[in-house]
Amino acid sequence: MESLEGMAYWLPLIWLVVLGVAVALYVVLDGFDLGIGILFPASPEEAHRDQMMNSVAPFWDGNETWLVLGGGGLLVAFPLAYAVLMPAVYLPVMFMLLALVFRGVAFEFRWVAKPHHQMWDIAFAGGSIVASFMQGLILGALLEGIEVRDGAYAGGTFDWLSPFSLLTGVAVVGGYALIGATWLVMKTDGPVQAKAREQAKFLLPAVLLALLIVSLWTPLAIPRIYERWFSLPNFFLLAPVPLLTAYAAWSCWSGLQSGHDTRPFVSTIALFLLGFLGLAVSNLPLVIPPSLDVWQAAAHPSSQLFMLIGVLILVPVILAYTVFVYYTFRGKVRAGEGYH
Amino acid sequence: MDFDATFLARIQFAFTVSFHIIFPSFTIGLAAFIATLLVRWRMTGHDHLHRLARFWTKIFAVSFAMGVVSGIVLSYEFGTNWSRFSVVAGNVTGPLLGYEVLTAFFLEASFLGIMLFGWNRVSPNLHVTAAVLVAIGTSISAFWILAANSWMQTPAGHEVRDGIAYPVSWLEIIFNPSFPYRFSHMFTAAYLTTSLVVAAVGARYLLAGRFVEESKTMLRMGIGMVAVLAPLQLVIGDAHGLNTAKHQPVKVAAMEAHWDGSKPADLVLFAWPNEAEERNDYEISIPNIASLIITHDVNGLFKGLKDFAPQDRPPVKPVFFAFRVMVGIGMLMIAAGLIGAFLWWRGLLFNARWYLWPLSLAWPAGFIAILAGWWVTETGRQPWLVYGILRTKDAASPVSAEAVLTTLVAFVIVYSIVFSMGIYYINRLIEKGPTGASVKPSEGVPSRPLSAAEEAAHEAIDKKG
Ligand code: HDD
Ligand code: HEM
Ligand code: HEM
Repeated sequence: MESLEGMAYWLPLIWLVVLGVAVALYVVLDGFDLGIGILFPASPEEAHRDQMMNSVAPFWDGNETWLVLGGGGLLVAFPLAYAVLMPAVYLPVMFMLLALVFRGVAFEFRWVAKPHHQMWDIAFAGGSIVASFMQGLILGALLEGIEVRDGAYAGGTFDWLSPFSLLTGVAVVGGYALIGATWLVMKTDGPVQAKAREQAKFLLPAVLLALLIVSLWTPLAIPRIYERWFSLPNFFLLAPVPLLTAYAAWSCWSGLQSGHDTRPFVSTIALFLLGFLGLAVSNLPLVIPPSLDVWQAAAHPSSQLFMLIGVLILVPVILAYTVFVYYTFRGKVRAGEGYH
Repeated sequence: MDFDATFLARIQFAFTVSFHIIFPSFTIGLAAFIATLLVRWRMTGHDHLHRLARFWTKIFAVSFAMGVVSGIVLSYEFGTNWSRFSVVAGNVTGPLLGYEVLTAFFLEASFLGIMLFGWNRVSPNLHVTAAVLVAIGTSISAFWILAANSWMQTPAGHEVRDGIAYPVSWLEIIFNPSFPYRFSHMFTAAYLTTSLVVAAVGARYLLAGRFVEESKTMLRMGIGMVAVLAPLQLVIGDAHGLNTAKHQPVKVAAMEAHWDGSKPADLVLFAWPNEAEERNDYEISIPNIASLIITHDVNGLFKGLKDFAPQDRPPVKPVFFAFRVMVGIGMLMIAAGLIGAFLWWRGLLFNARWYLWPLSLAWPAGFIAILAGWWVTETGRQPWLVYGILRTKDAASPVSAEAVLTTLVAFVIVYSIVFSMGIYYINRLIEKGPTGASVKPSEGVPSRPLSAAEEAAHEAIDKKG
């Protein structure tokens, strides 16, 4: 590491943080609107579906843009990682994109098609479920490691498919459903809210179970991750992560029980972020486990710097107007009321 | 990395990008048109301007959604289909795409929410501002993506070490030699396309005697734009071609089907380029005019296809024919604009059914010309992906032909469904027309109670409008 000095050392690390923030924001923001789609099949009534969809309609496009920033950011900051990862998870990425096509157009088509909109209800639900599942598969494949030789992907077409990646696939679907349900608890009222509250109570334990399995599986299957968490003094330094996770889970549960409207959503966000932090801790400073680290995958420092300047100036502006948009559409979406 | 996977990846990219560009071609201009309507409405208070803005916003929403989802596909295809491209050119093109996301996509996507759903929720001024910001966002987006594409056509401001391009000057990279031409040509193309759609819809209503006041506004605004922009496009396109002759002579030779560089070139009106025997069959041409256009001298010489080794030539037929389609449509647009402007000046425009009828059918013209133009540009760049730096066949990802084929088939099916339904819904919205409530300029509430019939129509088509 001694040879990597100055900018060439720090820039990739800074970029890793930037990308981490972008992906985390994506998972939380698009997570809840994908979650709405995942919950769609459980609410057959048209009026309820209208209300659910209206609660995310003004935001989904902005939310999904973080996905473009995640992919684009990987290309900008770590082109080699992008070039290795995308072919490795070719099929899941492509099917995620196709699913997002269906789901994205359903937001507009569903309204225009009324009263013959059933097809777009299916497209919205199916697209959301498939896209979420694919994201989980990609995550699982990445955690399990990707075969790299001579700076290119060296594995087969189906390397991403494994029991573990299927588990993470299901876990992500469940996680998005949970954050979607708590969003509905916060943003709606009446029967939609009541139903979402019940769904969240069911989903929370399931998601915690999945989190637990992943947290045990990865260290047991991968020595480097075991080393990271269970060697001293790491064990004590990292102990707050599981403890805070437990606290967030409790807070979500009690919020659901006691009729709080916002606390379940906020605690679910905390839960997501802590899970994300856990994955980051397990793998830093690798971008493509097990062999590519941030320095090997980094773009030329002048590219990273040129883009970083843009990020530092523009991301705060973006966040500011994102908050403004959410503020504009604050409050509950009531039954029968769109944003007319 | 066999040829098959590369070939399929090319087809897949060509298919998905051609699908995508249809929507920006429309939304870039439409966003500006809606913003203009809203600004004019704020200034004059004319109700019909507001009704028009609401009407076009619904169509905008449907097109924009298709543009967004198809664009997201493209941004990931760089990695999935062209992973070597990310490695070789990522240092240069990556930041350009990154700036596009940060300066444009977030702006459009965020304020789109307010533009579509904010009619009664925010003050009219804020709503107009949101529409203007969306229009600005789409233009900035075009700026960056065309900078990236132009750099791939005419790379500058970089240096190549060990086969990988590194940035040297960002200004030279962004403002590379073909960028100013491509940006102004594409931007004008997008505005032309939208203007023609708007004028065609106006003509359609007027012929049917519906929404007369709205139609007249649409016709005036649409025809006015076409009359100015179509001739301008010819001038820009000519300059664009001269510039290309300097930087990619073999592309121009293919556009003109010009084989022998030692003689002045004829303007080929029609021919069937014969690549095996290196000549044109069934040629109909006007002597020396191509030389006049490209070199501004009837006896001027410019390079022919034979001056380049066969493996360095692009496929001639698609480039040659697509170029003729584009220029042909350009000429028709000039005619449509000038005739329309003349009729308008003489006060005959709104009654000239012989003119309104073909106009009402002309809405696809811009889309076809834009697609043709891109096919000229992109196919003419072959066999290079990044001109002189990376060949297309060297850029492909290590994925199996079966995987690419599977997803290609899936894309064709999904896009066919989405596209035909999208067109169907847009047509249905146009059938219904600019009905429904309008809003008083001074306050954010409906200006009059809705009639029951209107309410029903309104309910049916714009639950959220
Ligand atoms: C001249 C204009 C132009 C061109 C050549 C392209 N695009 Fe595009 N793109 C747009 C103009 C545009 C646009 C006008 O900004 C959008 C927004 C909605 C729409 O209909 O088009 C768009 C949307 C859009 C989105 C969704 C953005 C969002 O979430 O809001 C992505 C990710 C891309 N594009 C990516 C690409 C890529 C990778 C291209 C090249 C291969 C490309 N676009 C060519
Ligand atoms: C949006 C309008 C565009 C259209 C309609 C379009 C069309 C096409 C077509 C037809 C091809 C296939 C050429 C061939 O293989 O013979 C192609 C290839 C390609 N274009 Fe474009 N293009 C567009 C814009 C862009 C932009 C803005 C970029 C990059 C920033 C780009 C990058 C590529 C790449 C990477 C390929 C694949 C490799 C290749 O076959 O050359 N294109 N495009
Ligand atoms: C009227 C005469 C026209 C001329 C002489 C002309 C000329 C050209 C030339 C030479 C190119 C290729 C540039 C290159 O690849 O280096 C081009 C590309 C293109 N043209 Fe045209 N054009 C005309 C009309 C139009 C019209 C009417 C439209 C659409 C409404 C259009 C849309 C495009 C597009 C989208 C491209 C590809 C992007 C680009 O390279 O700018 N053109 N045009």
